[in-house]
Amino acid sequence: MDIRKELASIIVGDLNSRWPYATTFLAKNDLEIEDDPSLKLSEVASDELLDQLAEFITEMESFLSDDEEVVDEITIFGGNCKNGEPEGVRELTIRVGEVICIVGPTGSGKSRLLADIEWVAQNDTPTGRSVKINGKTPESKWRTSSEHKLVAQLSQNMNFVMDLSVEEFLTLHAESRQTENPEEKIQQIWNDANALAGEPFALDTPITSLSGGQSRALMIADTAILSKSPVVLIDEIENAGIDRQKALDILVSQDKIVLMATHDPILALMGDRRVVINNGGMKSVVEPSEKEHANLVDLRALDNRMMKLRHRLRMGERLDEV
Amino acid sequence: MKLVTVSGPPSSGKTSVILKTLEHLQAQKLNVGVVKFDCLYTDDDEIYRKVGVPVKKGLSGALCPDHYFVSNIEECVQWGIKENLDVLVSESAGLCNRCSPYVREILAVCVIDNLSGINTPKKIGPMLKSADIVIITKGDIVSQAEREVFASRVHRVNPKARIMHVNGITGQGSFEFSTLWTDGDEVETVEGKKLRFSMPAALCSYCLGETRIGSEFQMGNVRKMDLGDTTRQTADPMTSPKESK
Repeated sequence: MDIRKELASIIVGDLNSRWPYATTFLAKNDLEIEDDPSLKLSEVASDELLDQLAEFITEMESFLSDDEEVVDEITIFGGNCKNGEPEGVRELTIRVGEVICIVGPTGSGKSRLLADIEWVAQNDTPTGRSVKINGKTPESKWRTSSEHKLVAQLSQNMNFVMDLSVEEFLTLHAESRQTENPEEKIQQIWNDANALAGEPFALDTPITSLSGGQSRALMIADTAILSKSPVVLIDEIENAGIDRQKALDILVSQDKIVLMATHDPILALMGDRRVVINNGGMKSVVEPSEKEHANLVDLRALDNRMMKLRHRLRMGERLDEV
Repeated sequence: MKLVTVSGPPSSGKTSVILKTLEHLQAQKLNVGVVKFDCLYTDDDEIYRKVGVPVKKGLSGALCPDHYFVSNIEECVQWGIKENLDVLVSESAGLCNRCSPYVREILAVCVIDNLSGINTPKKIGPMLKSADIVIITKGDIVSQAEREVFASRVHRVNPKARIMHVNGITGQGSFEFSTLWTDGDEVETVEGKKLRFSMPAALCSYCLGETRIGSEFQMGNVRKMDLGDTTRQTADPMTSPKESK
Protein backbone atom coordinates (compact mmCIF):
# COMPACT_ATOMS: atom_id res chain seq x y z
CA MET A 1 0.00 0.00 0.00
CA ASP A 2 3.01 2.31 0.50
CA ILE A 3 3.57 2.40 -3.25
CA ARG A 4 0.02 3.62 -3.74
CA LYS A 5 0.63 6.47 -1.26
CA GLU A 6 3.86 7.39 -2.96
CA LEU A 7 2.09 7.48 -6.32
CA ALA A 8 -0.49 9.87 -4.91
CA SER A 9 2.19 12.45 -4.16
CA ILE A 10 4.94 11.78 -6.71
CA ILE A 11 5.56 14.30 -9.48
CA VAL A 12 5.77 13.16 -13.07
CA GLY A 13 9.46 14.15 -13.37
CA ASP A 14 10.47 11.74 -10.58
CA LEU A 15 8.50 8.80 -11.82
CA ASN A 16 11.01 7.62 -14.38
CA SER A 17 13.98 7.53 -12.03
CA ARG A 18 11.96 5.83 -9.30
CA TRP A 19 10.32 3.15 -11.44
CA PRO A 20 11.63 3.18 -15.02
CA TYR A 21 8.96 0.74 -16.19
CA ALA A 22 6.07 2.89 -14.90
CA THR A 23 6.11 5.17 -17.95
CA THR A 24 5.79 2.21 -20.29
CA PHE A 25 2.87 0.95 -18.25
CA LEU A 26 1.14 4.33 -18.44
CA ALA A 27 1.81 4.61 -22.17
CA LYS A 28 0.27 1.16 -22.65
CA ASN A 29 -2.77 2.51 -20.88
CA ASP A 30 -2.89 5.52 -23.20
CA LEU A 31 -1.42 8.07 -20.83
CA GLU A 32 1.56 10.09 -22.05
CA ILE A 33 3.10 12.04 -19.19
CA GLU A 34 6.13 13.71 -20.72
CA ASP A 35 4.67 17.21 -21.03
CA ASP A 36 5.23 18.81 -17.66
CA PRO A 37 7.65 17.20 -15.17
CA SER A 38 6.46 19.31 -12.24
CA LEU A 39 2.90 18.05 -12.51
CA LYS A 40 1.68 15.66 -9.86
CA LEU A 41 0.96 12.24 -11.30
CA SER A 42 -2.35 12.12 -9.44
CA GLU A 43 -3.50 15.15 -11.43
CA VAL A 44 -3.14 13.41 -14.77
CA ALA A 45 -3.95 9.81 -13.90
CA SER A 46 -7.25 8.51 -12.58
CA ASP A 47 -7.41 6.81 -9.18
CA GLU A 48 -8.24 3.58 -10.91
CA LEU A 49 -5.15 3.80 -13.10
CA LEU A 50 -2.97 4.62 -10.08
CA ASP A 51 -4.35 1.55 -8.28
CA GLN A 52 -3.42 -0.55 -11.28
CA LEU A 53 0.00 1.05 -11.52
CA ALA A 54 0.67 0.37 -7.84
CA GLU A 55 -0.27 -3.25 -8.39
CA PHE A 56 1.97 -3.44 -11.44
CA ILE A 57 4.93 -1.90 -9.60
CA THR A 58 4.51 -4.29 -6.68
CA GLU A 59 4.60 -7.22 -9.07
CA MET A 60 7.51 -5.84 -11.03
CA GLU A 61 9.52 -5.31 -7.87
CA SER A 62 8.96 -8.84 -6.71
CA PHE A 63 9.72 -10.05 -10.23
CA LEU A 64 12.96 -8.10 -10.51
CA SER A 65 14.21 -8.94 -7.02
CA ASP A 66 14.30 -12.43 -8.40
CA ASP A 67 16.28 -14.36 -5.86
CA GLU A 68 13.57 -16.93 -5.98
CA GLU A 69 14.26 -20.55 -5.34
CA VAL A 70 15.09 -22.77 -8.25
CA VAL A 71 12.92 -25.81 -8.81
CA ASP A 72 15.11 -28.88 -8.33
CA GLU A 73 12.49 -31.55 -8.06
CA ILE A 74 8.79 -32.22 -8.08
CA THR A 75 7.09 -34.92 -6.08
CA ILE A 76 3.68 -36.31 -6.96
CA PHE A 77 1.77 -38.13 -4.23
CA GLY A 78 -0.68 -40.66 -5.62
CA GLY A 79 -4.43 -40.33 -5.34
CA ASN A 80 -7.20 -42.38 -6.87
CA CYS A 81 -8.06 -44.02 -10.17
CA LYS A 82 -11.35 -43.29 -11.94
CA ASN A 83 -13.05 -46.12 -10.03
CA GLY A 84 -12.01 -44.66 -6.68
CA GLU A 85 -9.34 -47.29 -5.96
CA PRO A 86 -5.93 -45.90 -4.92
CA GLU A 87 -3.55 -45.61 -7.87
CA GLY A 88 -0.53 -47.89 -7.98
CA VAL A 89 2.20 -45.26 -7.70
CA ARG A 90 2.07 -43.62 -4.27
CA GLU A 91 5.02 -41.28 -4.61
CA LEU A 92 7.03 -40.16 -7.62
CA THR A 93 9.88 -37.67 -7.47
CA ILE A 94 11.15 -36.18 -10.72
CA ARG A 95 14.40 -34.23 -10.77
CA VAL A 96 15.68 -31.49 -13.04
CA GLY A 97 17.44 -32.97 -16.06
CA GLU A 98 15.23 -36.04 -16.15
CA VAL A 99 13.12 -37.10 -19.10
CA ILE A 100 9.97 -38.90 -18.00
CA CYS A 101 7.78 -40.54 -20.60
CA ILE A 102 4.09 -40.93 -20.02
CA VAL A 103 2.45 -43.86 -21.73
CA GLY A 104 -1.09 -45.16 -21.71
CA PRO A 105 -4.16 -45.57 -23.90
CA THR A 106 -6.09 -42.54 -25.13
CA GLY A 107 -8.40 -41.26 -22.42
CA SER A 108 -6.46 -43.05 -19.69
CA GLY A 109 -5.76 -39.88 -17.74
CA LYS A 110 -2.46 -38.56 -19.11
CA SER A 111 -3.84 -35.04 -19.45
CA ARG A 112 -5.20 -35.09 -15.91
CA LEU A 113 -1.79 -36.05 -14.53
CA LEU A 114 -0.16 -33.18 -16.37
CA ALA A 115 -2.95 -30.82 -15.26
CA ASP A 116 -2.41 -31.92 -11.64
CA ILE A 117 1.24 -30.94 -11.95
CA GLU A 118 0.47 -27.62 -13.60
CA TRP A 119 -2.13 -26.74 -10.95
CA VAL A 120 0.17 -28.07 -8.20
CA ALA A 121 -2.74 -30.16 -6.93
CA GLN A 122 -3.20 -30.18 -3.17
CA ASN A 123 -5.68 -33.00 -2.81
CA ASP A 124 -8.21 -30.67 -4.41
CA THR A 125 -8.58 -32.13 -7.89
CA PRO A 126 -10.70 -35.12 -9.03
CA THR A 127 -7.72 -37.48 -8.59
CA GLY A 128 -6.92 -36.46 -5.02
CA ARG A 129 -3.22 -36.16 -5.86
CA SER A 130 -0.90 -33.67 -4.25
CA VAL A 131 2.27 -32.14 -5.57
CA LYS A 132 5.28 -30.81 -3.70
CA ILE A 133 8.08 -28.67 -5.07
CA ASN A 134 11.55 -29.24 -3.61
CA GLY A 135 9.92 -31.39 -0.96
CA LYS A 136 7.72 -28.58 0.32
CA THR A 137 4.12 -27.53 -0.10
CA PRO A 138 4.39 -24.99 -2.92
CA GLU A 139 3.72 -21.29 -2.68
CA SER A 140 0.46 -20.11 -4.19
CA LYS A 141 2.26 -18.11 -6.91
CA TRP A 142 2.62 -21.29 -8.95
CA ARG A 143 -1.13 -21.26 -9.31
CA THR A 144 -1.98 -17.62 -9.43
CA SER A 145 0.79 -15.76 -11.21
CA SER A 146 1.13 -15.74 -14.96
CA GLU A 147 4.86 -15.04 -14.54
CA HIS A 148 5.37 -18.26 -12.64
CA LYS A 149 3.86 -20.94 -14.77
CA LEU A 150 5.18 -24.31 -13.69
CA VAL A 151 4.60 -25.96 -17.04
CA ALA A 152 5.48 -24.95 -20.60
CA GLN A 153 3.80 -26.96 -23.30
CA LEU A 154 4.80 -28.16 -26.74
CA SER A 155 2.53 -30.22 -28.93
CA GLN A 156 2.18 -31.35 -32.51
CA ASN A 157 -0.81 -29.11 -33.28
CA MET A 158 0.91 -25.93 -32.25
CA ASN A 159 1.72 -23.39 -34.91
CA PHE A 160 3.17 -19.95 -35.12
CA VAL A 161 0.44 -17.44 -35.90
CA MET A 162 2.25 -14.12 -35.63
CA ASP A 163 3.31 -12.33 -38.75
CA LEU A 164 6.95 -11.75 -37.77
CA SER A 165 10.45 -12.84 -38.75
CA VAL A 166 12.31 -15.31 -36.55
CA GLU A 167 14.39 -12.51 -35.06
CA GLU A 168 11.47 -10.16 -34.42
CA PHE A 169 9.56 -12.98 -32.86
CA LEU A 170 12.36 -13.99 -30.51
CA THR A 171 12.94 -10.34 -29.58
CA LEU A 172 9.29 -9.98 -28.67
CA HIS A 173 9.39 -13.09 -26.53
CA ALA A 174 12.60 -11.98 -24.83
CA GLU A 175 11.04 -8.60 -24.06
CA SER A 176 7.98 -10.12 -22.51
CA ARG A 177 10.21 -12.29 -20.32
CA GLN A 178 12.39 -9.30 -19.32
CA THR A 179 15.41 -11.35 -20.39
CA GLU A 180 18.94 -10.13 -19.80
CA ASN A 181 21.28 -10.14 -22.85
CA PRO A 182 18.46 -10.68 -25.33
CA GLU A 183 20.77 -10.57 -28.41
CA GLU A 184 22.95 -13.33 -27.05
CA LYS A 185 19.94 -15.49 -26.17
CA ILE A 186 18.38 -14.97 -29.58
CA GLN A 187 21.60 -16.03 -31.29
CA GLN A 188 21.78 -19.12 -29.10
CA ILE A 189 18.18 -20.11 -29.84
CA TRP A 190 18.70 -19.68 -33.55
CA ASN A 191 21.90 -21.76 -33.49
CA ASP A 192 20.29 -24.51 -31.44
CA ALA A 193 17.17 -24.58 -33.59
CA ASN A 194 19.26 -24.88 -36.74
CA ALA A 195 21.24 -27.70 -35.18
CA LEU A 196 17.95 -29.54 -34.53
CA ALA A 197 16.30 -28.92 -37.89
CA GLY A 198 17.62 -30.75 -40.90
CA GLU A 199 17.32 -27.75 -43.22
CA PRO A 200 18.71 -24.44 -41.94
CA PHE A 201 16.68 -21.21 -41.82
CA ALA A 202 17.70 -17.55 -41.56
CA LEU A 203 16.95 -15.02 -38.82
CA ASP A 204 14.84 -12.99 -41.24
CA THR A 205 12.68 -15.94 -42.32
CA PRO A 206 9.02 -15.29 -41.48
CA ILE A 207 8.03 -17.72 -38.72
CA THR A 208 4.85 -18.66 -40.53
CA SER A 209 6.82 -19.96 -43.53
CA LEU A 210 9.04 -22.34 -41.53
CA SER A 211 8.58 -26.03 -42.34
CA GLY A 212 7.04 -28.35 -39.75
CA GLY A 213 10.46 -29.58 -38.60
CA GLN A 214 11.91 -26.05 -38.45
CA SER A 215 8.92 -24.75 -36.47
CA ARG A 216 9.22 -27.60 -33.98
CA ALA A 217 12.97 -26.99 -33.68
CA LEU A 218 12.47 -23.28 -33.06
CA MET A 219 9.72 -23.91 -30.51
CA ILE A 220 11.89 -26.36 -28.60
CA ALA A 221 14.99 -24.16 -28.56
CA ASP A 222 12.91 -21.11 -27.63
CA THR A 223 11.11 -22.94 -24.82
CA ALA A 224 14.40 -24.33 -23.51
CA ILE A 225 16.15 -20.98 -23.39
CA LEU A 226 13.54 -18.26 -22.96
CA SER A 227 10.69 -19.87 -21.09
CA LYS A 228 11.02 -19.65 -17.33
CA SER A 229 8.80 -22.64 -16.64
CA PRO A 230 10.85 -25.42 -15.05
CA VAL A 231 8.71 -28.23 -16.44
CA VAL A 232 8.34 -28.80 -20.17
CA LEU A 233 5.55 -30.98 -21.33
CA ILE A 234 5.87 -32.47 -24.79
CA ASP A 235 3.11 -34.24 -26.62
CA GLU A 236 5.02 -36.46 -29.07
CA ILE A 237 7.86 -35.32 -31.31
CA GLU A 238 7.20 -36.52 -34.79
CA ASN A 239 10.16 -38.17 -36.42
CA ALA A 240 10.37 -35.76 -39.33
CA GLY A 241 12.80 -32.96 -39.96
CA ILE A 242 14.10 -32.85 -36.40
CA ASP A 243 16.80 -34.58 -34.36
CA ARG A 244 14.79 -35.84 -31.40
CA GLN A 245 17.67 -36.91 -29.18
CA LYS A 246 19.33 -33.52 -29.60
CA ALA A 247 16.01 -31.81 -28.82
CA LEU A 248 15.78 -33.62 -25.50
CA ASP A 249 19.46 -32.87 -24.79
CA ILE A 250 18.90 -29.14 -25.29
CA LEU A 251 15.94 -29.10 -22.90
CA VAL A 252 17.78 -31.13 -20.29
CA SER A 253 20.89 -28.95 -20.58
CA GLN A 254 18.73 -25.93 -19.61
CA ASP A 255 17.77 -27.61 -16.33
CA LYS A 256 14.27 -28.54 -17.36
CA ILE A 257 12.17 -31.40 -16.16
CA VAL A 258 10.87 -33.00 -19.34
CA LEU A 259 7.57 -34.88 -19.39
CA MET A 260 6.76 -36.49 -22.68
CA ALA A 261 3.52 -38.19 -23.65
CA THR A 262 4.31 -40.62 -26.43
CA HIS A 263 3.36 -43.84 -28.18
CA ASP A 264 6.62 -44.03 -30.10
CA PRO A 265 8.89 -46.85 -28.87
CA ILE A 266 12.11 -45.01 -29.75
CA LEU A 267 11.05 -41.86 -27.97
CA ALA A 268 9.81 -43.85 -24.98
CA LEU A 269 13.19 -45.56 -24.64
CA MET A 270 14.99 -42.22 -24.78
CA GLY A 271 13.39 -41.34 -21.44
CA ASP A 272 15.01 -42.06 -18.09
CA ARG A 273 11.80 -43.64 -16.78
CA ARG A 274 8.27 -44.06 -17.98
CA VAL A 275 5.04 -43.73 -16.10
CA VAL A 276 2.25 -46.06 -17.15
CA ILE A 277 -1.21 -44.52 -16.89
CA ASN A 278 -4.31 -46.65 -16.75
CA ASN A 279 -7.91 -45.99 -15.79
CA GLY A 280 -7.09 -42.50 -14.54
CA GLY A 281 -4.24 -43.54 -12.28
CA MET A 282 -0.46 -43.96 -12.37
CA LYS A 283 -0.22 -47.73 -12.53
CA SER A 284 3.54 -48.15 -12.39
CA VAL A 285 6.91 -46.57 -13.11
CA VAL A 286 9.14 -48.51 -15.47
CA GLU A 287 12.85 -48.01 -15.86
CA PRO A 288 14.17 -49.07 -19.26
CA SER A 289 16.11 -52.31 -18.93
CA GLU A 290 19.52 -52.97 -20.46
CA LYS A 291 17.82 -55.21 -22.95
CA GLU A 292 15.51 -52.40 -23.96
CA HIS A 293 18.45 -50.07 -24.38
CA ALA A 294 20.19 -52.62 -26.54
CA ASN A 295 17.03 -52.93 -28.61
CA LEU A 296 17.05 -49.19 -29.16
CA VAL A 297 19.84 -49.74 -31.69
CA ASP A 298 17.67 -52.16 -33.65
CA LEU A 299 14.64 -49.91 -33.39
CA ARG A 300 16.63 -47.02 -34.77
CA ALA A 301 17.81 -49.16 -37.66
CA LEU A 302 14.19 -50.13 -38.32
CA ASP A 303 13.19 -46.52 -38.21
CA ASN A 304 15.95 -45.57 -40.64
CA ARG A 305 14.75 -48.22 -43.03
CA MET A 306 11.24 -46.77 -42.96
CA MET A 307 12.65 -43.28 -43.52
CA LYS A 308 14.58 -44.51 -46.53
CA LEU A 309 11.46 -46.13 -47.96
CA ARG A 310 9.58 -42.88 -47.47
CA HIS A 311 12.33 -41.04 -49.27
CA ARG A 312 12.28 -43.49 -52.18
CA LEU A 313 8.52 -43.14 -52.44
CA ARG A 314 8.89 -39.37 -52.63
CA MET A 315 11.45 -39.71 -55.40
CA GLY A 316 8.96 -41.66 -57.49
CA GLU A 317 10.58 -45.05 -57.05
CA ARG A 318 8.74 -48.35 -56.79
CA LEU A 319 8.93 -50.33 -53.56
CA ASP A 320 9.18 -53.75 -55.16
CA GLU A 321 12.33 -54.36 -53.14
CA VAL A 322 12.19 -53.34 -49.48
CA MET B 1 -26.85 -18.19 -5.17
CA LYS B 2 -23.49 -17.16 -6.63
CA LEU B 3 -23.39 -14.96 -9.70
CA VAL B 4 -20.60 -15.04 -12.29
CA THR B 5 -20.47 -12.56 -15.18
CA VAL B 6 -18.60 -13.83 -18.21
CA SER B 7 -17.91 -11.67 -21.20
CA GLY B 8 -15.49 -11.55 -24.10
CA PRO B 9 -15.24 -10.82 -27.81
CA PRO B 10 -17.38 -12.88 -30.21
CA SER B 11 -15.96 -16.35 -30.98
CA SER B 12 -13.40 -16.17 -28.17
CA GLY B 13 -14.81 -19.38 -26.71
CA LYS B 14 -17.05 -18.17 -23.89
CA THR B 15 -19.73 -20.81 -24.36
CA SER B 16 -17.23 -23.67 -24.73
CA VAL B 17 -15.36 -22.60 -21.62
CA ILE B 18 -18.58 -22.24 -19.61
CA LEU B 19 -19.83 -25.65 -20.78
CA LYS B 20 -16.61 -27.41 -19.80
CA THR B 21 -16.50 -25.64 -16.47
CA LEU B 22 -20.16 -26.37 -15.68
CA GLU B 23 -19.50 -30.09 -15.89
CA HIS B 24 -17.27 -30.01 -12.83
CA LEU B 25 -19.92 -28.22 -10.77
CA GLN B 26 -22.67 -30.51 -12.01
CA ALA B 27 -20.47 -33.43 -10.92
CA GLN B 28 -20.59 -31.94 -7.43
CA LYS B 29 -24.41 -31.93 -7.67
CA LEU B 30 -24.53 -28.14 -7.89
CA ASN B 31 -27.35 -26.56 -9.84
CA VAL B 32 -25.92 -24.17 -12.44
CA GLY B 33 -27.96 -21.94 -14.76
CA VAL B 34 -27.01 -19.60 -17.58
CA VAL B 35 -28.40 -16.37 -18.99
CA LYS B 36 -27.13 -15.79 -22.48
CA PHE B 37 -27.15 -12.23 -23.77
CA ASP B 38 -26.64 -11.63 -27.45
CA CYS B 39 -27.61 -9.14 -30.13
CA LEU B 40 -29.43 -10.59 -33.09
CA TYR B 41 -29.20 -14.33 -32.91
CA THR B 42 -27.93 -17.18 -30.78
CA ASP B 43 -28.70 -20.85 -30.50
CA ASP B 44 -26.33 -21.35 -27.59
CA ASP B 45 -29.37 -21.69 -25.33
CA GLU B 46 -30.10 -25.00 -27.08
CA ILE B 47 -26.56 -26.16 -26.38
CA TYR B 48 -26.97 -25.42 -22.68
CA ARG B 49 -30.40 -27.03 -22.56
CA LYS B 50 -28.97 -30.20 -24.08
CA VAL B 51 -26.67 -30.68 -21.09
CA GLY B 52 -29.50 -30.07 -18.65
CA VAL B 53 -28.69 -26.50 -17.75
CA PRO B 54 -31.60 -24.16 -17.05
CA VAL B 55 -31.13 -21.29 -19.50
CA LYS B 56 -32.68 -17.98 -20.50
CA LYS B 57 -31.70 -15.98 -23.53
CA GLY B 58 -31.99 -12.28 -24.18
CA LEU B 59 -31.53 -10.69 -27.58
CA SER B 60 -30.98 -6.96 -27.48
CA GLY B 61 -32.00 -6.42 -31.10
CA ALA B 62 -31.73 -2.74 -31.96
CA LEU B 63 -30.59 -1.72 -28.47
CA CYS B 64 -27.05 -1.42 -27.15
CA PRO B 65 -26.43 -4.93 -25.77
CA ASP B 66 -24.85 -3.65 -22.59
CA HIS B 67 -27.66 -1.26 -21.77
CA TYR B 68 -29.98 -4.19 -22.38
CA PHE B 69 -27.92 -6.35 -20.03
CA VAL B 70 -27.96 -3.92 -17.16
CA SER B 71 -31.69 -3.29 -17.54
CA ASN B 72 -32.40 -7.02 -17.19
CA ILE B 73 -29.83 -8.52 -14.87
CA GLU B 74 -31.84 -8.09 -11.67
CA GLU B 75 -34.81 -9.97 -13.18
CA CYS B 76 -32.40 -12.71 -14.26
CA VAL B 77 -31.02 -12.96 -10.73
CA GLN B 78 -34.55 -13.34 -9.38
CA TRP B 79 -35.25 -16.03 -11.98
CA GLY B 80 -32.11 -17.89 -10.90
CA ILE B 81 -33.11 -17.76 -7.24
CA LYS B 82 -36.58 -19.04 -8.10
CA GLU B 83 -34.99 -21.94 -10.02
CA ASN B 84 -32.97 -22.79 -6.91
CA LEU B 85 -29.68 -22.31 -8.72
CA ASP B 86 -26.43 -22.55 -6.79
CA VAL B 87 -24.59 -20.63 -9.49
CA LEU B 88 -25.96 -18.33 -12.18
CA VAL B 89 -23.66 -17.46 -15.07
CA SER B 90 -24.38 -14.49 -17.29
CA GLU B 91 -22.72 -14.70 -20.68
CA SER B 92 -22.46 -11.67 -22.94
CA ALA B 93 -20.35 -10.63 -25.90
CA GLY B 94 -18.33 -7.46 -25.77
CA LEU B 95 -19.10 -6.19 -29.19
CA CYS B 96 -17.82 -2.65 -29.26
CA ASN B 97 -14.73 -3.31 -27.08
CA ARG B 98 -16.07 -0.62 -24.78
CA CYS B 99 -18.55 -2.98 -23.14
CA SER B 100 -18.14 -4.21 -19.60
CA PRO B 101 -21.09 -5.85 -17.92
CA TYR B 102 -19.25 -6.36 -14.63
CA VAL B 103 -20.91 -5.52 -11.34
CA ARG B 104 -18.93 -4.61 -8.26
CA GLU B 105 -18.51 -7.48 -5.78
CA ILE B 106 -19.63 -9.99 -8.43
CA LEU B 107 -17.05 -12.32 -9.98
CA ALA B 108 -16.07 -10.86 -13.36
CA VAL B 109 -14.51 -13.06 -16.03
CA CYS B 110 -13.19 -12.01 -19.42
CA VAL B 111 -12.56 -14.66 -22.09
CA ILE B 112 -10.09 -13.79 -24.82
CA ASP B 113 -8.26 -15.98 -27.30
CA ASN B 114 -4.63 -16.41 -28.26
CA LEU B 115 -5.42 -16.05 -31.95
CA SER B 116 -6.87 -12.59 -31.64
CA GLY B 117 -3.51 -10.85 -32.06
CA ILE B 118 -1.07 -9.46 -29.53
CA ASN B 119 -2.44 -5.94 -29.65
CA THR B 120 -5.94 -7.06 -28.81
CA PRO B 121 -5.50 -6.86 -25.02
CA LYS B 122 -4.79 -3.17 -25.45
CA LYS B 123 -7.78 -2.65 -27.71
CA ILE B 124 -10.28 -4.22 -25.39
CA GLY B 125 -11.24 -1.66 -22.82
CA PRO B 126 -12.91 -2.09 -19.43
CA MET B 127 -14.12 -5.57 -20.29
CA LEU B 128 -10.53 -6.79 -19.89
CA LYS B 129 -9.19 -4.10 -17.59
CA SER B 130 -11.75 -4.51 -14.84
CA ALA B 131 -12.08 -8.30 -14.87
CA ASP B 132 -11.08 -10.41 -11.85
CA ILE B 133 -10.15 -13.41 -13.96
CA VAL B 134 -8.94 -13.44 -17.55
CA ILE B 135 -9.34 -16.76 -19.32
CA ILE B 136 -7.12 -17.22 -22.37
CA THR B 137 -8.36 -19.81 -24.84
CA LYS B 138 -7.09 -21.63 -27.94
CA GLY B 139 -3.69 -22.19 -26.37
CA ASP B 140 -3.43 -25.63 -27.91
CA ILE B 141 -2.79 -24.32 -31.40
CA VAL B 142 -0.21 -21.58 -30.85
CA SER B 143 3.37 -21.87 -29.68
CA GLN B 144 4.47 -21.66 -26.05
CA ALA B 145 6.24 -18.38 -26.82
CA GLU B 146 3.10 -16.80 -28.25
CA ARG B 147 1.12 -17.91 -25.23
CA GLU B 148 3.68 -16.30 -22.95
CA VAL B 149 3.79 -13.07 -24.95
CA PHE B 150 0.00 -12.87 -25.07
CA ALA B 151 -0.37 -13.50 -21.34
CA SER B 152 2.21 -10.85 -20.57
CA ARG B 153 0.29 -8.35 -22.73
CA VAL B 154 -2.88 -9.16 -20.81
CA HIS B 155 -0.98 -8.76 -17.57
CA ARG B 156 0.22 -5.30 -18.61
CA VAL B 157 -3.33 -4.16 -19.24
CA ASN B 158 -4.80 -5.76 -16.12
CA PRO B 159 -2.09 -6.51 -13.56
CA LYS B 160 -4.65 -7.40 -10.89
CA ALA B 161 -6.40 -10.16 -12.77
CA ARG B 162 -5.71 -13.79 -12.36
CA ILE B 163 -4.78 -15.14 -15.78
CA MET B 164 -5.70 -18.72 -16.58
CA HIS B 165 -5.47 -20.86 -19.69
CA VAL B 166 -8.55 -22.92 -20.46
CA ASN B 167 -9.08 -25.08 -23.51
CA GLY B 168 -12.73 -25.04 -24.51
CA ILE B 169 -12.41 -28.21 -26.59
CA THR B 170 -10.43 -30.55 -24.35
CA GLY B 171 -11.47 -28.84 -21.13
CA GLN B 172 -7.87 -28.47 -19.99
CA GLY B 173 -7.83 -25.91 -17.17
CA SER B 174 -11.61 -25.93 -16.74
CA PHE B 175 -11.55 -27.86 -13.47
CA GLU B 176 -9.16 -25.32 -12.02
CA PHE B 177 -11.37 -22.49 -13.24
CA SER B 178 -14.47 -24.14 -11.76
CA THR B 179 -12.96 -23.98 -8.28
CA LEU B 180 -13.15 -20.19 -8.44
CA TRP B 181 -16.83 -19.98 -9.37
CA THR B 182 -18.04 -20.75 -5.90
CA ASP B 183 -15.64 -18.33 -4.22
CA GLY B 184 -17.87 -15.26 -4.43
CA ASP B 185 -20.46 -13.98 -1.98
CA GLU B 186 -24.04 -15.17 -1.95
CA VAL B 187 -26.26 -12.86 -3.97
CA GLU B 188 -29.92 -12.29 -3.24
CA THR B 189 -30.29 -9.27 -5.43
CA VAL B 190 -28.09 -6.96 -7.49
CA GLU B 191 -30.41 -4.04 -6.89
CA GLY B 192 -28.42 -1.14 -5.49
CA LYS B 193 -25.10 -2.60 -6.62
CA LYS B 194 -23.01 -0.60 -9.04
CA LEU B 195 -21.42 -1.36 -12.37
CA ARG B 196 -17.62 -1.42 -12.32
CA PHE B 197 -17.49 0.84 -15.33
CA SER B 198 -20.03 3.11 -17.00
CA MET B 199 -21.76 1.74 -20.09
CA PRO B 200 -20.83 3.01 -23.57
CA ALA B 201 -22.50 6.38 -24.11
CA ALA B 202 -25.29 6.70 -26.62
CA LEU B 203 -28.36 8.67 -27.52
CA CYS B 204 -27.88 10.52 -30.74
CA SER B 205 -30.38 10.77 -33.56
CA TYR B 206 -29.14 7.45 -34.99
CA CYS B 207 -30.01 5.67 -31.74
CA LEU B 208 -33.56 6.80 -32.34
CA GLY B 209 -33.83 5.41 -35.85
CA GLU B 210 -32.38 8.14 -38.06
CA THR B 211 -30.95 6.68 -41.28
CA ARG B 212 -30.02 9.75 -43.32
CA ILE B 213 -26.39 10.87 -43.48
CA GLY B 214 -25.29 14.48 -42.98
CA SER B 215 -24.71 17.01 -40.22
CA GLU B 216 -28.21 18.35 -40.29
CA PHE B 217 -29.57 14.96 -39.26
CA GLN B 218 -27.11 14.49 -36.40
CA MET B 219 -28.37 15.47 -32.98
CA GLY B 220 -27.57 14.66 -29.40
CA ASN B 221 -24.38 12.90 -28.37
CA VAL B 222 -22.42 13.26 -31.62
CA ARG B 223 -18.66 13.46 -31.90
CA LYS B 224 -16.63 14.44 -34.95
CA MET B 225 -13.25 12.99 -35.88
CA ASP B 226 -10.35 15.39 -35.96
CA LEU B 227 -9.02 15.15 -39.49
CA GLY B 228 -6.81 18.24 -39.28
CA ASP B 229 -7.66 21.46 -41.15
CA THR B 230 -7.92 19.87 -44.58
CA THR B 231 -11.64 19.26 -44.32
CA ARG B 232 -14.30 21.88 -44.36
CA GLN B 233 -15.96 22.61 -41.06
CA THR B 234 -19.44 21.21 -41.08
CA ALA B 235 -19.95 20.72 -37.37
CA ASP B 236 -23.43 21.51 -36.31
CA PRO B 237 -23.94 23.91 -33.42
CA MET B 238 -26.29 21.31 -31.97
CA THR B 239 -23.42 18.87 -31.38
CA SER B 240 -22.04 18.61 -27.93
CA PRO B 241 -19.63 21.52 -27.29
CA LYS B 242 -17.54 19.31 -25.00
CA GLU B 243 -16.49 17.23 -27.97
CA SER B 244 -15.12 20.12 -30.02
CA LYS B 245 -11.46 19.45 -29.23
